[in-house]
Amino acid sequence: MSSFKIFDVAGSGMSAQSVRLNATASNLANADSVSGDPNQVYRARHPLFEAVRAGLGENAATSGVKVRGIVENQAAPSARYEPGNPLADANGYVYAPNVNAVEEMVDMISASRSYQNNVEVMNTAKEMMLATLRLGQ
Amino acid sequence: MPVNLDTYLGVHAAALKLRSQRTEVLAANLANADTPNYQARDIDFKSALAAVGAQSAGAGGGVHLATTRAGHIGATTVDGTTTPELKYRTPLAPSLDGNTVDAQLEQAAFAENSVRYQATLTFLSSKFRGLLTAITGQ
Repeated sequence: MSSFKIFDVAGSGMSAQSVRLNATASNLANADSVSGDPNQVYRARHPLFEAVRAGLGENAATSGVKVRGIVENQAAPSARYEPGNPLADANGYVYAPNVNAVEEMVDMISASRSYQNNVEVMNTAKEMMLATLRLGQ
Repeated sequence: MPVNLDTYLGVHAAALKLRSQRTEVLAANLANADTPNYQARDIDFKSALAAVGAQSAGAGGGVHLATTRAGHIGATTVDGTTTPELKYRTPLAPSLDGNTVDAQLEQAAFAENSVRYQATLTFLSSKFRGLLTAITGQ
């Protein structure tokens, strides 16, 4: 029965959004993880979403979303002059991650709302199927 | 008079199938609300149902409602092979990442679709009840 596909679609959406929430949590947790080497410092991570096609051709339906990969933000980390920091390099600089806390918070709210949307879709689909099973009673 | 169950159920059996397919398409739109370059899709319910009606009318057999005008919908039989034509939604506002999903619009369409699905279920249910009354004669 094709209605079961709705659970896969909404489930893939929930899983993708939870990856996004995970990435946001990681970014916020590491927002202050400074390093003495600009190449070693933590970089903000973001998932790349991609739609999954159910078949070939113009008329093919979409059957959900998948996480294509996690990309690191390539913006340069900001350097801070902190000669007292034990991690500071020879010139007294430490490098802070390129995490933008405001952007991450917005991303977090967006991911959580999208997750809730998918949960709601799944609940509605479930009720519709249960009502169909009761048909004729 | 022999009763063909498909004819007896009328347009509702096909409508139920189309509604469930539309639920799936709208669920995919909502799941891809944050996917770059994803284009929202939908089924034009009216034309899809008319296409199912035209198909069963062409196949012959069974009783059909006369469709004398473009807006008329014929009584149909359920066909498992039909796939409704998927169309792209016209976005209300462009977005930078090329995504054309309007979450609020999709939510509204999803709610509307599920209510109409349940309405179709109610129609089918009362059809079955009518048949049962005829069978038991009570």
